[in-house]
Amino acid sequence: MTITFEKHTLANGLDVLLHVDPSCPIVAVNLWYHVGSKNERPGHTGFAHLFEHLMFEGSEHYDRGYFQPLQNAGASLNGSTNADRTNYWEVVPDGALDLALWMESDRMGYLLPALTEAKFSNQRDVVLNERRQNYENRPYGLAPMAMLAALFPPDHPYHWTTIGETADLHAVRLDEVQAFFRRYYHPANASIALAGDIDPDRALALVRDYFEPIPAGPRVDPVRVAASLDGETRLLLEDRVELPRLYVAWLTPAMFAEGDADLDLAADVLANGRASRLYKRLVFDERVATDVSATQNSREIGGFMQIAATAAPGHTLAEIDAAIGDEVARLADRGPSPDEIDRGRVQAESQFMFRLQTVGGFGGKSDQLNAYNVFLDDPAYFDRDLERYHRVTAASLAAAVRTHLPPSRRVVLSIVPRGRAELAVPHSTTADVS
Amino acid sequence: MTVDRSRLPELGRVAPFAFPAIEKSVLPGGLAVWTVRHAVVPVVTFALLVRRGAADDPPGQEGLAALTADMLDEGSGDLTAIEMHEALARIGAQFDTDIGSDGLALTLTSLARFADRGVTLLADMAARPRLAEDDFSRVRQLRLHRLSQLRDLPGAVAERVFVRLLYGDQPYGHTPIGNEPALSALTVDDVRAFHARAIVPARATLVAVGDCDHASVERMAGAAFAGWRGEAGGGEAPDAPLPRPARLNVVARAGAPQSELRIGHVAAERDTPDYHALVAANMVLGGQFVSRINLNLRQAKGYTYGARTGFDFRRRPGPFALQASVHTAATASAIEESLAEIAAIRGPRPITAEELATGVATLTRGYARNFETAEQIARAALQIALYDLPDDYFAEFVPRVERITPADAMAAAARHLDPDRLVTLVVGDLDAIAPDLGRLGLGDPVLIPSEGF
Repeated sequence: MTITFEKHTLANGLDVLLHVDPSCPIVAVNLWYHVGSKNERPGHTGFAHLFEHLMFEGSEHYDRGYFQPLQNAGASLNGSTNADRTNYWEVVPDGALDLALWMESDRMGYLLPALTEAKFSNQRDVVLNERRQNYENRPYGLAPMAMLAALFPPDHPYHWTTIGETADLHAVRLDEVQAFFRRYYHPANASIALAGDIDPDRALALVRDYFEPIPAGPRVDPVRVAASLDGETRLLLEDRVELPRLYVAWLTPAMFAEGDADLDLAADVLANGRASRLYKRLVFDERVATDVSATQNSREIGGFMQIAATAAPGHTLAEIDAAIGDEVARLADRGPSPDEIDRGRVQAESQFMFRLQTVGGFGGKSDQLNAYNVFLDDPAYFDRDLERYHRVTAASLAAAVRTHLPPSRRVVLSIVPRGRAELAVPHSTTADVS
Repeated sequence: MTVDRSRLPELGRVAPFAFPAIEKSVLPGGLAVWTVRHAVVPVVTFALLVRRGAADDPPGQEGLAALTADMLDEGSGDLTAIEMHEALARIGAQFDTDIGSDGLALTLTSLARFADRGVTLLADMAARPRLAEDDFSRVRQLRLHRLSQLRDLPGAVAERVFVRLLYGDQPYGHTPIGNEPALSALTVDDVRAFHARAIVPARATLVAVGDCDHASVERMAGAAFAGWRGEAGGGEAPDAPLPRPARLNVVARAGAPQSELRIGHVAAERDTPDYHALVAANMVLGGQFVSRINLNLRQAKGYTYGARTGFDFRRRPGPFALQASVHTAATASAIEESLAEIAAIRGPRPITAEELATGVATLTRGYARNFETAEQIARAALQIALYDLPDDYFAEFVPRVERITPADAMAAAARHLDPDRLVTLVVGDLDAIAPDLGRLGLGDPVLIPSEGF
């Protein structure tokens, strides 16, 4: 199985990817702009995400909100911003493809004339509420801020979260947002994928009609900043939580880089699912933790592996930290078992196959084509992406763990109930987040 | 072609939606087996529904059904709990347990080549779980920890307190996880007894979706579930009367930057004849981004990241609720606006043809996308099994919703929404919001302790 496609690049630089799948009478439209919080600067964070909100507020030729006409047509639609990219998608029934392309192209080509101070300040309030809801008023919600700030230096664009700093959101001005649009929101910095029940020739003709008149903007230079840790940082945060939680993280390779797939599988071996080593030890046998998980967060210019575990009442984060240290060291020394490698491979194959079931939305085939195209300039990468996981061996996995998860260069973050700083891993200093 | 930007393009027609056929039979033990052919990707989903859920928790044993469901994947036969999960991982299966008020479901999706092994593991879990003492004490303890963590989550606190306000001691008066005293008192024998009387083939339906024919599914399921027995016995105890909660209730959360809101009352059951009209009316009120509530509270006022309403249709009348997390300073205003919107949809601010058309289009024109994956189709079939819907329910949904008129939608709203009975719950910073709450005219707020729920 794979994702068959055609790729065309329009004169203005817009990449067009077409994938035919007639099994359901729907079409997915998926548009990526290669801009995320990585393109922001210190003091001006939260821009890319705030901008995503403004993209739903109407454009010059249809200035009554983005949702109404598309929902009238039966579309489902959304958008999201992360450190590396912003995506927008619609899944429409057959017969509404024209409309979706009309709307997407209008906001690519003609957003600014409709972008008023009133819309801007309203969406800033919405974003501040999003921040309150998903970070400030959520237990452990400030952990990402503290962790990213400790892993990446202040001049590295992964130092801050995509939602941005509250002070920066208050300070941002409309003219800065307009400049941001001109720089990043144009055909030469975008890729559109159509997947589903389409005739590729007609679909391409439509995309040309709607998008080709939009001029290319300035070239966007890739962001290149390196990060490294030269020791261990121990931090603590007091929060409105019942149980303390430990986060341990290391800097790791970027998405698709050597070692990324190994660490993805290492995360599974260590802490994902009940068959994982840390779950079995911490939650099942010793019962010192209530949950444990691990993720290799691979991003475009760097990654970080994070293991998180919540202490059971009466147990300390120091106990959990010691167990994590043991299990990482054991995996580095002796590698995974043959059964763990086999499981990792079949799970990777299964997950890849499950992803082929949807044409649209987050993670559907149109989104995957864009990911491979934007990050690798190679939409055909699906098969080779899966091959990366099939190539992982016990030796390569162990080597990746040895190289990238050393005990001496990591960040240890303790989140503890308010007034209970003594529950943190010893020698932790208070993290500065808001 | 030159694009005409003076108007939006015309919409083409939408192909009529046809839900795939369901083939059905019943195994000797009483298990219903349904197969839906869906051959797009070599993936198969098995979903097992048991029509027993949290509403079947005996009084004082709130949380028993969910705890029992949670114990099913803790080993079976020769397999320990860990070995069971290793076996699932070895076939790359995606496995989920879901529990609601009226039912519980085990769902397993795998590559088609592991179908036989997958359905066998599913049967091991449902029909022959170990239910060992040691696993029980660990799982119960984890659920108790989870309960204490839920006290930190404003949305979870609101959910638990709200159903208690609405239903009191009735079966829908607790969320599936139950409460601390009840969970603490449960024993492994309670779980074994619940499994024996509730998780029985006579109340269960197995749905298979994939590139498989019914005969082979029947054969695999017959072997996997062989020997599973049990009758669906027992009548339902009469319900306690519904409580009469105060209009305005607050769970104090000092210093909270937002107030978590729930506004609603007990409304309609799944088989109400007004089902389609209520679904349509709710789209206008708060069921989508461009609904009145969200456009008002989020887009016009900037009080919240999002606000929505919904009817939770169940076997018996389920709750209608508005939910939103609003900036603390905007709490009273957000409640005022919400109450006004709910009252207005019953007629004072009539649903326009255009509003209804948007809601109906969202429900109908894109309907096919709800049935793209094997798991989506399996879960849809489970709805048919859970609520005794006709097999053509999904095929009929679109034409039935399209027949709804604004008058139908308003009349249904008027029948099932009662502004005088609306109960408001706020989880938020009491000191900050109290001065404003007085102007709402809902009486003094009743303070509810977050402990004990």
